Amino acid sequence: MKLYCLSGHPTLPCNVLKFKSTTIMLDCGLDTTSVLNFLPLPLVHSPRLSKLPGWVSKDGTINLEKELKECAGRVFVDAQPEFCLPERELLDLSTIDVILISNYHCMMALPYITEHTGFTGTVYATEPTLQIGRLLMEELVNFMERVPKAQSATCWKNKEIQRVLPGPLKDAVDVWMWKRCYTMQEVNSALSKVQLVGYSQKVELFGAVQISPLSSGYSLGSSNWIIQSHYEKVSYVSGSSLLTTHPQPMDQSSLKNSDVLILTGLTQMPTANPDGMLGEFCSNLAMTIRAGGNVLVPCYSSGVIYDLLECLYQFIDSANLGTTPFYFISPVANSSLEFSQIFAEWLCHNKQTKVYLPEPPFPHAELIQTNKLKHYPSIHGDFSSEFRQPCVVFTGHPSLRFGDVVHFMELWGKSSLNTIIFTEPDFSYLDALAPYQPLAMKCVYCPIDTRLNFHQVSKLLKEVQPLHVVCPEQYTQPPLTQSHRSDLMLELQPPPMPYRRCSVLSLPFRRRYERVYILPELANSLVPSEIKPGISVATLSAVLHSKDNKHTLQSVPKPPPAPPSKKRKRVIEEPPVVLTPKPLLSGAVPLEAFLATLQKHGITEVKVEETADGHILHLQAEDTLIQLEEDGTHIVCDNNEPLRTTLRDLVLRFLQKV
Amino acid sequence: MPEIKVTPLGAGQDVGRSCILVSIGGKNIMLDCGMHMGYNDDRRFPDFSYITQNGRLTEFLDCVIISHFHLDHCGALPYMSEMVGYDGPIYMTHPTKAICPILLEDFRKITVDKKGETNFFTSQMIKDCMKKVVPLNLHQTVQVDDELEIKAYYAGHVLGAAMVHIKVGSESVVYTGDYNMTPDRHLGAAWIDKCRPDILISESTYATTIRDSKRCRERDFLKKVHESIERGGKVLIPVFALGRAQELCILLETFWERMNLKAPIYFSTGLTEKANHYYKLFITWTNQKIRKTFVQRNMFEFKHIKAFDRSYADNPGPMVVFATPGMLHAGQSLQIFKKWAGNEKNMVIMPGYCVQGTIGHKILNGQKKLEMEGRSTLDVKLQVEYMSFSAHADAKGIMQLIRMAEPRNMLLVHGEAVKMEFLKGKIEQEFSIDCYMPANGETATVTTNPSVPVDISLNLLKREMALGGPLPDPKKPRTMHGTLIMKENSLKLVSSEQALKELGLNEHQLRFTCRVQLQDPHSDTDTLHRIYTHLKSVLKGYTIQHLPDGTVMVESIVIKVSSSAEDTDTKVLLLSWSYQDEDLGSFLSTLLKKGLPSGLC
Repeated sequence: MKLYCLSGHPTLPCNVLKFKSTTIMLDCGLDTTSVLNFLPLPLVHSPRLSKLPGWVSKDGTINLEKELKECAGRVFVDAQPEFCLPERELLDLSTIDVILISNYHCMMALPYITEHTGFTGTVYATEPTLQIGRLLMEELVNFMERVPKAQSATCWKNKEIQRVLPGPLKDAVDVWMWKRCYTMQEVNSALSKVQLVGYSQKVELFGAVQISPLSSGYSLGSSNWIIQSHYEKVSYVSGSSLLTTHPQPMDQSSLKNSDVLILTGLTQMPTANPDGMLGEFCSNLAMTIRAGGNVLVPCYSSGVIYDLLECLYQFIDSANLGTTPFYFISPVANSSLEFSQIFAEWLCHNKQTKVYLPEPPFPHAELIQTNKLKHYPSIHGDFSSEFRQPCVVFTGHPSLRFGDVVHFMELWGKSSLNTIIFTEPDFSYLDALAPYQPLAMKCVYCPIDTRLNFHQVSKLLKEVQPLHVVCPEQYTQPPLTQSHRSDLMLELQPPPMPYRRCSVLSLPFRRRYERVYILPELANSLVPSEIKPGISVATLSAVLHSKDNKHTLQSVPKPPPAPPSKKRKRVIEEPPVVLTPKPLLSGAVPLEAFLATLQKHGITEVKVEETADGHILHLQAEDTLIQLEEDGTHIVCDNNEPLRTTLRDLVLRFLQKV
Repeated sequence: MPEIKVTPLGAGQDVGRSCILVSIGGKNIMLDCGMHMGYNDDRRFPDFSYITQNGRLTEFLDCVIISHFHLDHCGALPYMSEMVGYDGPIYMTHPTKAICPILLEDFRKITVDKKGETNFFTSQMIKDCMKKVVPLNLHQTVQVDDELEIKAYYAGHVLGAAMVHIKVGSESVVYTGDYNMTPDRHLGAAWIDKCRPDILISESTYATTIRDSKRCRERDFLKKVHESIERGGKVLIPVFALGRAQELCILLETFWERMNLKAPIYFSTGLTEKANHYYKLFITWTNQKIRKTFVQRNMFEFKHIKAFDRSYADNPGPMVVFATPGMLHAGQSLQIFKKWAGNEKNMVIMPGYCVQGTIGHKILNGQKKLEMEGRSTLDVKLQVEYMSFSAHADAKGIMQLIRMAEPRNMLLVHGEAVKMEFLKGKIEQEFSIDCYMPANGETATVTTNPSVPVDISLNLLKREMALGGPLPDPKKPRTMHGTLIMKENSLKLVSSEQALKELGLNEHQLRFTCRVQLQDPHSDTDTLHRIYTHLKSVLKGYTIQHLPDGTVMVESIVIKVSSSAEDTDTKVLLLSWSYQDEDLGSFLSTLLKKGLPSGLC
């Protein structure tokens, strides 16, 4: 069993597990942090961004004016933003049988894999993961295609040139792996390969292994996966949460008894408490509004935003924000809000109960009904005429490189009355803001990451007790910036097996058994005998049938009766057809009892001679020797077949057949 | 031999009060717990005394599963759990869990508040009963206990309707509840995988019907409604609040829009809004088309259909009213029916099946005079139309499901005996499987023949698979030998050698040595070679080796030759074999005693 690690990003994993002749890809995360090296894509013409000076090396020998621009003291690539794909050379991706998706954030690289590697398998995901994942991809494509940029920049990727570039471009890795965004057509084709599954549904893969998604508590439809055969069990734990937010709680007990547990997707903000952050978010928001400023919340269009809206729903009246407009701007804003209301099965108990009433599970329905929250597909159209300030705007993309958020950065960045509040933990907020500097707008960093922290995960691991843990190497040492915090790493016994991008790990497994089914006819014909108290054995001869990785044992068919042979004379020379071999023997033949038995059968003249290892019995009348030893019996008998067989059967009486 | 027993307490050769007991692998499961709409007495509920004469049912049942929210499938649930007594788990899907208590409360109100019956379950009992419900998701495998697992499949009969697969070890039963094999305007079609259950328990409401296409029926329906409206008549459509009602509403709504009709459409009872809301929130349970477009246009937001008020019934002019309940046995639909029955311009369209004993059933059978309570009679002058919209599988659909699931046995419930008999014949003929149709209180017993799962040592399996080659040869099956170790509850199949090792037993070697005298005037080596040639020709398919150390080996039997001390022409053959080669050893010693044939070189 082997694990191929195609992504180095601990929360956007992409691993491939080879297990019992199946090849299973676990998640398909797309590392989007690479876009921070690119210039923002403004929705309306930005004089500032269009007049940036091109970059020329200090000595003037390298001129990349067209590709690279200097902005706010940094150098950015002036081209359509590119993403860092999972490794494609480590193994032949066309051999992948299935892809298991754990949550909608971890599937964004799917079109790259399913459409361009010869992939012919099936993708498994829950319905909310598929639907919301589709929305997020649609949004990403829309963001890119709305602001087409014909230019692609490749010169700077040249190793010789990259080496002399200023940081952080200089230190960017795997730049040749970076690719532009996919098209909607590719998204549709990729998602058409998805097979929907429900929590705890057992899916057989080629009869060899069984996979089953479990609730992971992180987002709508998010799952961890169990990959098991009858004897081995691998748990794949991806983004999971023990906090009570909107999704169904995490199923922990089903992770028990794993041989290997692959652990990814822990919190990226181990020191930030989500509840505290939520409080800070609300108070900063209220403060800005009261002072007459606007609040910008760069966010993904599904996920934490539901919790933010719910929190605001409770907070609005007490904070006197009843008249402040809240805007949610995204090409998929409406869909995201509508979809969140129809997944009752995937929600926490409280929200399920609301659906039984029947009421919408999320209170943002009421915010929309009372006109407190309005949603628009983009800043163009209705929004521009209905827009009132001061207001709160939720919009993407959290990297601040594309999407409607770019416009608000340009619009509001110069006033210190306004505030930008970062809630998504995926991007460093300083890097995100870099091309907008200098900025007068206030910046508040309240990253809300509900995924497991180190304390929770060590408790979880103690509970479920996997034999081995595999995790990204980042989890086996404290974060670089907090090297003294030994509590911010995994400490386990035995120590976890770390992986990094391009690692190939051999998982410590020894398969010893396989499941086989004995057909009833054969089962009924078995004759068990008790060897030790409570333990019986039966010798078994059968024909093995293996089909679709399922093995069955059938009775040996009786040979057809031999056709009446004309040459009767020769019949005796036909060698025996051995259908069942003789069993192995065990035990010992006790001398006294054996002698007594011989006597009963009329063999009385026995001379017993003691040897080093046992006895030799000389049957004088028959001129036959029997050598009795602890672990063997030897019968030497000439020319007297009936006697030999009698002796054989007498000896067998004392032995156990196995 | 293990057996599965199925006993209907209701719905055995009958429609109504579905309640089927299944005994499988030592587990007892109750499938549905419905009431009978045709009765107002004890026969209304299943006879739970069949399970136990006195006391509670908890210890006799491992779980109860409710297939959908129709009262003939869940109407007796609070009676069973709270009045007879059952505290175990009750499984149903989320939509069923949401809607079932509302219908139960409705049912209770009609029975207790309107008819004044006592000794009936209370609102509190409904609440307590629902607390015992565990929600089921589609395709989720729910482990009821260590051995019993259940899995729900989409049934397409009403919102949240499910079929269930019940499995204990390698035995399994599928219960369909009510299902529909053709997608309609608001729901998808039932689907199940090839799960090969030992028994498929199927409803058979339309066992003998093969319905024409849905489109034709829809067109007919719209035509009839339209004609009636045109001539100024009133149309009553008795429905159950959830299910067909929504389908027909969608149908009329689009028709009204297309034809630009103005006559009002009403939906009776306060449930309307609420009911439609359930459909909006559980949109994932509807058909693909509705699910796909729900963000742009929610099909359950009706523009033309308004809430009904009792006073509207006397309004002049044409109108269409959907009123509950669907079989005209009580409630608002019956009240409106009484009002409108006297006018031949009016029309009642029965869009679903009516249970025997209900007014719906009577008028469908052409009865023109109805005896009402209080000895009055009612003349039925209005047009009575029947339109099969109830979402049950027809004969074709049932056969289709059998083909999907490939059951080993079939069992029919929820249908009329005569029709079942016909379908039973058809099933037995087409699929050559046994088909049962027990009456209420009668038990059908099916013996199963499960294979025994065993842990085979991977070494043994791999060795065997390597020897067997990539493809099995049907003419020459390879026999595999091993030892089965039975210890506590585990069954392990290992090679005999490994078995000895695992059991901590020593091996006892039993050997035989036999001397055979042979007249053969050749040198020892020549004799040996002659023996080798002889055996080669006799023993086809055996490994025979002539070893350089002066021995011949047949499999593991050793043959040596030496000359007799007295006579060099007399050779003494020494044969030695172990017990494992006993048959061959014995054969060889007999064979060689006969001497070597002449003409050997």
